[in-house]
Amino acid sequence: MSEFLQQVVAGLASGSIYALLALGIVIIYRSTGVVNFAQGEMATFTTFVAWTLVDHGVGYWGAFGLTLVIAFVGGIALERIVVRPVEGRPPINGVILTIGLFILLGGLSNWIWKAEVRSFPPSRPFPTSAWDLGGVAVSEQDAGILAVTLVLMTLLWLLFRYTKLGLALRASALNPVASRLVGIRVGWMLGLGWGLAAAIGAVAGLFTAAASPPLDPNMMRPVLIYAFAAAVIGGLESPVGAVVGGLVIGVVLNLISTYDTHLHLDLDRVRLPIALALILIVLLARPTGLFGRQVLRRV
Amino acid sequence: MAPLLELEEVHARYGPLEALHGVTLTVGEGEAVAVLGGNGAGKTTTLRAISGLVAASGEIRCGGERLARAPERVARSGIAHVPEGRGIFEELTVHENLRLGAYLDRRGFFENYERVCAHFPWLDRRRAQQAGTLSGGEQQMLAIARALMSRPRLLLLDEPSLGLAPIVVREIFRILGDLNEKEGLAVLVVEQNAKLALRSSSRAYVLEVGRVALEGPSSELAENESVRKAYLGY
Amino acid sequence: MSRLAAARALAAVLGFAASVAFILIAPHWDKVGDIKGAQMGTYFIAIVGLNIVTGYTGQISLAQGAFMAIGGYTTAFLVTHGVRDLWTIPVAALVAGVFGFLLGIPALRLSGLYLALVTFGLAVAMPDLIAWDKLGSLTKGGQSIQLFGSKHLLGQGFNDVTVLGHTMSFNRAVYYLTWTIALVLFVLAWLLLRGAPGRAFRAVRDSEIAAASSGVNIAGYKTVAFAIGAAYAGVAGSLLVIAVAFADPQSFPAKLSLTILVGAVIAGLGSMWGVLLGAAFVEFLPVASVHISKAQGVPDAIYGAALILLVLLLPAGIAGLLKRAASPLTTRLYTRS
Repeated sequence: MSEFLQQVVAGLASGSIYALLALGIVIIYRSTGVVNFAQGEMATFTTFVAWTLVDHGVGYWGAFGLTLVIAFVGGIALERIVVRPVEGRPPINGVILTIGLFILLGGLSNWIWKAEVRSFPPSRPFPTSAWDLGGVAVSEQDAGILAVTLVLMTLLWLLFRYTKLGLALRASALNPVASRLVGIRVGWMLGLGWGLAAAIGAVAGLFTAAASPPLDPNMMRPVLIYAFAAAVIGGLESPVGAVVGGLVIGVVLNLISTYDTHLHLDLDRVRLPIALALILIVLLARPTGLFGRQVLRRV
Repeated sequence: MAPLLELEEVHARYGPLEALHGVTLTVGEGEAVAVLGGNGAGKTTTLRAISGLVAASGEIRCGGERLARAPERVARSGIAHVPEGRGIFEELTVHENLRLGAYLDRRGFFENYERVCAHFPWLDRRRAQQAGTLSGGEQQMLAIARALMSRPRLLLLDEPSLGLAPIVVREIFRILGDLNEKEGLAVLVVEQNAKLALRSSSRAYVLEVGRVALEGPSSELAENESVRKAYLGY
Repeated sequence: MSRLAAARALAAVLGFAASVAFILIAPHWDKVGDIKGAQMGTYFIAIVGLNIVTGYTGQISLAQGAFMAIGGYTTAFLVTHGVRDLWTIPVAALVAGVFGFLLGIPALRLSGLYLALVTFGLAVAMPDLIAWDKLGSLTKGGQSIQLFGSKHLLGQGFNDVTVLGHTMSFNRAVYYLTWTIALVLFVLAWLLLRGAPGRAFRAVRDSEIAAASSGVNIAGYKTVAFAIGAAYAGVAGSLLVIAVAFADPQSFPAKLSLTILVGAVIAGLGSMWGVLLGAAFVEFLPVASVHISKAQGVPDAIYGAALILLVLLLPAGIAGLLKRAASPLTTRLYTRS
């Protein structure tokens, strides 16, 4: 039983990473109507930036914070410069654009940082010890990831629900025209959405690097798929759904890996197809995701 | 003193299609003005040109100064636009809609809220209700309330009576009349319901094919032969 | 026939003739060569197929590479079990088409971006699926299937081949094979899309509600579109495997699906005319980028930047550009008649 709980907790930790990336995807989709295929590569890029900062002597947590700021500003710039033109157009434009961004950022990362093996963070930010909670061994790293994620989610929730800015952000996504009539600078709000998503993605990237060293340029590729799965399962428009979806996927995949030894199906090799199957199953039952809004169309 | 709102030879287009071919009208401080006309006459486009939702050439002045051409900035000049289809945030609550109405005027929120609720008491009772679940008349009232939250000098209303039952429409126009007479709020109303519009305004313009065809005191226009035949049905 | 229609028909025939001429000459031009030319041909076929699903019927599919994998592995499996390579091509088309139809059924429930994400998931998951031990009897798991030296393969994969009295290298033979099939399939698609099915596809894309009220069987057309698109991809995958004489999971990575989609968008979704240029773009831009700089990562960066610029500047793809370039000509003809 404790083995089970242990795996659940570990699954929640990896699920937090998927949830964070998925949340970024949902925020971007809700505000600008674009599915950001480059979300993972943006996270990778910013993680490499963090590595560079640490390499130049900045402390890990200082670099962490600075990277978030850089990601935030970068996200705003991306939206204003590159994404703005495609926002009103049919979805295929956004798909190709963000795919282009995906490839561009991948190429840039490779060019700037080469493909050398690096360990990041150089010294583990979370101690490697584990706590014993009622017989369940929880690594401090997992606990750290869960805690930071929880704090972030809470802060975001407070922002969106209770602040004027959060209300303006939500309004801009829901009804840009009415928002402008009320005096909101919708353009900036959309940029802010991307900035937030980029910063959240940066956290996901930093955690991924910490959880599975060494730092590898392809590290976010599978994470992106799990994040898409989470976003889609939760419903592309639901932040809550994205988070729940991410955690569920993390736990399910972890449990499958653990118990596969009994089943001999070699399921560990097919984690991605399983995620895909999960997406299909959920979408067949609820085409707009578990928490998605059913769109009623007036004929 | 310069009029509150002046439009001079305003042209507006949707892509290659020109919708306004030189509209000239004014609204004075505290005036209630109506804009009438059939479908496609350019009434809605006129309001959208004022609030910057559609690109327009020509002069648009507010209080003598050129009006900015972006909706966010028009709102800052004290002009509140209640668009066709109400323009409320259906997924948000009544209270959130009103908070958004006060976006530009943070400090006056509570004072404005009380004033607005005095006109629409039910808003406070139903503050947590999702706006999309309100009835048509309630949504229209919410839209107007939201516009009032910013303490505007001029209210632009696009077809407030559309799709509403007569009794609801009468109530809305009664409230508008109150606002205009007692608080000096200037109102520019676009309406297909000519009878009602003429009764609630002091001056009116009749638009046809993107131009002003007739203008004058509402009482006179109500007696005008062609207006009666075309818009009043007798 | 009106002057305008005649002009259009002439332009079409000329364009077709020019393309055929280009195809005949290309292998002799060392910048292109047999191998790249053949690969461009496979992209061409896959792009035509994707255009039917995404361009004409409006269902965004990022899974074309996955269907190529299905077609390719069908060929690999059959050749290793004694079937002559050429006969495996239609079988590959059929098998891929069936899977396309099967995907088309759940796709009915999914709207635009959800479908894009699901098909993207399929494209990413396919290499892993192929490498799965449990499918090993079909796919040999993660190991490659070697066709090199097989007597069922044209020229055993490396010898000269004699066709219609001409002897040519294996690569040249593959080149001609690919492009012959490509042209035939192109004409077939063009005929299909010109007629009632084409109009029905476009009706479904533009307004499902209007189409349904006109009696168009939405579900039928949508799933058939998927099937046809997948069948084309199956042929492309099959030809790819024949050309390189082996198949392995990494022959069909997720990037391939993206490449095909990019090619279709560049060509101009919903139009057949830019497809050749679209295929050329996705084949040669990476090659050209390497010429600019061999530094690691730069070719990708250029490719990505080019894509972004193309979306921003040419929303209607190359076909849109061609139309705009040709419009002064066609307008003049129109007003004259």
